[in-house]
Amino acid sequence: MSLDAATVRRIAKLARIRVDEAEIAILQTELNAILGYVDQLNEVDVTGIEPLSGGAQMAMRLRPDICNDGEMPEKILANAPDRAGEFFAVPKVVE
Amino acid sequence: MSLTDLTIAQAGAKLAAKEISAVELTAAHNAAVAALNPRLNAFITTTPEFALEQAKTADATIAAGKAGPLTGIPLAIKDLFCTEGVRTTAASKILEPFIPPYESTVTAQLKAAGAVFLGKANLDEFAMGSSNITSGYGPVENPWKRNGSDAKLVPGGSSGGSAAAVAARMALGATGTDTGGSIRQPASFTGLAGIKPTYGRCSRFGIIAFASSLDQAGPMARTVEDCAIMLGAMSGFDAKDSTSAERLVPDFRAAAARSVKGLRIGIPTEYRADGMSTEIAALWEKGVAWLREQGAEIVDISLPHTKYGLPVYYIVAPAEASSNLARYDGVRFGKRVDGEDLIDMYERTRAAGFGAEVKRRIMIGTYVLSHGYYDAYYLRAQKIRALMLRDFTLAFDKVDAILTPTAPSAAFGLGEKMADPVTMYLNDVFTVPASLAGVPAMSVPAGLSAEGLPLGLQIIGKHFDEETVLAVSAAIERAANFTAKPSLMAGGAN
Amino acid sequence: MGYMLEGSTGAWEIVVGLEIHAQVISKSKLFSGASATYGGAPNAHVSFVDAGFPGMLPVINQECVAQAVRTGLGLQAQINLMSRFDRKNYFYADLPNGYQISQFAHPIVGTGVVEIELQDGSIKHIGITRLHLEQDAGKSMHDQHPSKSVIDLNRAGVALMEIVSEPDIRSPEEAGAYVRKIRQILRYLGTCDGNMEEGSMRADVNVSVRKPGEAFRTRCEIKNVNSVRFVMHAVEAEAQRQISVWESGGEVVQETRLYDPARGETRSMRSKEDAHDYRYFPEPDLLPLVLDEAWMAKLKSNLPELPDEKRRRFCAQYGITFYDAGVLVADQTTADFYESVAKGRDARLAANWVSGDFFAALNRTGTSIETSPVSAAALGELLDLIGDKTINGRIAKDVFELMVETGKMPGAIVEEKGLRQVTDTGAIEAAVAAVLAANPDKVAEYKSGKDKLFGFFVGQVMKATQGKGNPALVNEIVKAQLG
Repeated sequence: MSLDAATVRRIAKLARIRVDEAEIAILQTELNAILGYVDQLNEVDVTGIEPLSGGAQMAMRLRPDICNDGEMPEKILANAPDRAGEFFAVPKVVE
Repeated sequence: MSLTDLTIAQAGAKLAAKEISAVELTAAHNAAVAALNPRLNAFITTTPEFALEQAKTADATIAAGKAGPLTGIPLAIKDLFCTEGVRTTAASKILEPFIPPYESTVTAQLKAAGAVFLGKANLDEFAMGSSNITSGYGPVENPWKRNGSDAKLVPGGSSGGSAAAVAARMALGATGTDTGGSIRQPASFTGLAGIKPTYGRCSRFGIIAFASSLDQAGPMARTVEDCAIMLGAMSGFDAKDSTSAERLVPDFRAAAARSVKGLRIGIPTEYRADGMSTEIAALWEKGVAWLREQGAEIVDISLPHTKYGLPVYYIVAPAEASSNLARYDGVRFGKRVDGEDLIDMYERTRAAGFGAEVKRRIMIGTYVLSHGYYDAYYLRAQKIRALMLRDFTLAFDKVDAILTPTAPSAAFGLGEKMADPVTMYLNDVFTVPASLAGVPAMSVPAGLSAEGLPLGLQIIGKHFDEETVLAVSAAIERAANFTAKPSLMAGGAN
Repeated sequence: MGYMLEGSTGAWEIVVGLEIHAQVISKSKLFSGASATYGGAPNAHVSFVDAGFPGMLPVINQECVAQAVRTGLGLQAQINLMSRFDRKNYFYADLPNGYQISQFAHPIVGTGVVEIELQDGSIKHIGITRLHLEQDAGKSMHDQHPSKSVIDLNRAGVALMEIVSEPDIRSPEEAGAYVRKIRQILRYLGTCDGNMEEGSMRADVNVSVRKPGEAFRTRCEIKNVNSVRFVMHAVEAEAQRQISVWESGGEVVQETRLYDPARGETRSMRSKEDAHDYRYFPEPDLLPLVLDEAWMAKLKSNLPELPDEKRRRFCAQYGITFYDAGVLVADQTTADFYESVAKGRDARLAANWVSGDFFAALNRTGTSIETSPVSAAALGELLDLIGDKTINGRIAKDVFELMVETGKMPGAIVEEKGLRQVTDTGAIEAAVAAVLAANPDKVAEYKSGKDKLFGFFVGQVMKATQGKGNPALVNEIVKAQLG
């Protein structure tokens, strides 16, 4: 499979990364090189194989329902690039 | 012997015997950092005053007779570990102003063990790279030089700053993280020992995520024993990480002193990849001979899916990364670039904040997860990952550990292997399989290349059997008797 | 033939499926120890995990899992012993991680069924496709600041159950009945408070229309409908819209729409048209969720009796009508109230009193069972006074009104006001004789065949005894004296 320029633009949009038109062709080449490389995986017969989705093979521990976190709005907001009082602030969204 | 040239074990003994103080030891390292960092760029942020404060506390602990093996030991902390009140960047511009209000579990445990933090070590941006050239804070220079050359070499990556700091005697040890080889490959490039423990051995809490199913913290130091000491403090169950294993931490230091007599060591045929340099092949042969001489049994094994490790890795890791890095959106922390509206703000912030390699991986990861491609790429890759795990499981029915080279070459020059991303990715060919299987693996310095650069061998073990990995690594270390030192180091080269 | 909408080209059938988002009742959030309590100062109930800080990891709350299992059991659904969490990736200012942790491929609960009852008394089964656990997002507010939107993450990470129905619903009435039924079950189970005004339960409504016998046509999803009434209106409005689109030769486009209650219509959410590609993949920070069978069995054995079951039991045990039983099991509190009134008493009479005078009094005084001046014990005592003939039914109504007014126990009121029923045969005989003597003409008319006058004589006697005459005795003696 190989990516066309439109797909590169669509992916950039999905990933919320602004890409200038000039960069599209470069990215297209680089991404296609990577995709070309991973194409060799098609050689492998994976019939009936269960995918491995995690690094650890065990069941999940469950946490007791206790409130022991939060209640520190200043720490939560301390790194915010922009805030309005006790809220995070972003450019106005028109719905 | 210079204070900066001690091993952790030696320094610990001298501290315990009150031959030296932690403040002296830290001051010596602060001075080394001040002298060498402007050239090597191993640290993004240095914290000399903070280090001295910790050293004073350590001296008090030693005086009170409550010292442990890491009390007063100066370390470099990869800038991927969140440290409370100390800027943490992941070597990304997008986190330039970020000061975590919390501490990672691993660094909290090291602090609790009395270790001293000299600063935050440079790395490839978000740990994505094998040469430390993707850092948003400039590349790290490898303190090693080729014979008769002053050309700048890369220290490997992503834990390149950690590696350079320890190799150049700016720190006695360092924390690293390893996703596809990020501890082992730089350790190999800088003549250090470094272990990626079993996935789940060290908590990931507070470590900035690259690829969650692969990331593991581990130590880098100048000896296997030093790694064992650090690993003991870094390991352990953490209820804040759902993938953390509820297992007791063994005595790793004792394990590093075990004999390898009677151990069965696997040599995987498939690692004799096309075009393996004769130098690397010869080193590997030496490693085999050293282990055989020490009473280990050498067994030929097969890991048939080895060649698919890299392509699997370059689907799985970017996929997870594309999602893990979505949180850098300029809303709650980090740098923002203003835009006309919310989406424009996101796009400008992420375009300006992320470097080229990070963007590439986010794009690839986004693509392989996108509608219509998930099955062909991501799902298929995870199935082959399962086959790779099965390869290891079957192999470990027959052997106790596996010996391979760590990297296909010695350190290369800054600016080399940059033609296209895939050439760079090939660096990880030997380290990625253990990462995908989640098994522990260590690189130990085993010799020098013809050009005088360090080369490492890799020892891969069974899940949660770091002890055997350490024992085999120490056996190689003893036999190799690696005493070479880099050209650039505190106190000058010998 | 079921519910149909008449268009210019004939009858259309509505097809509806619902996704109900129900906020789980728990102390802390699904993946963090921050409080799940509603409200609070902005960004107070927020941990670094909820705010998606670098290096933060989710750890699942056992109680949220238990609540999902309880709900699944309440929906008579299959509980999956192994389920998984996935990431649903999209960017929004109130979604801190840039992904929502949800269950896509392997939900905790599989297929189930709920029974709904319609106005005409008929019962219909609506299939449940699945139930899964997921995190809520934070809240964006666009009217708090002149040039900015502001974000509060207090809700971010609170556990939600998404309950997905099969497209089995065929009318606005069924849609409403289904939402009410789900809410009733959740409230019985104590897994969600069902408060649609506060947003702790909201529905995404999938609507399509088709000619009878056709395959499904394109559907539209109406997001975040927050009352039963609006669900019903939205179904109707959207179906009408789609019919006119089809009938004018157009094509319904699959899209997300919003219901505007003020205008009674749905409109396209153009701002969200930017096509979503959620890129689901297994959440690598979590492991498979494996349920312990013994733990599940314990949850099951501690499950409360559910409304359908309780209703059938009420009919069997108390001999009341299916309809009355339905009214009495509407919620757990009413059912408990009824049972404590009915216990050891005339259960049918108890049903009449609870669903009649008692409910009317609650309505009139604007009180609830919890705040009502009449307790179950008081109403029970009133029934006892009727049962042992201390008072008759008519006087009981007066006593009840006094109970509502004063909050006093009925026995005390009867004593205080001297309302005991007269059962003294001699006194009643005297009263009857007096009435007959005072109305000789009426007696003559009665005797000449005007039977209806019998009631007149009884009424006069009751009046003479200030209503306290035992009605049976009065009847008997009037009959005897009239010969």
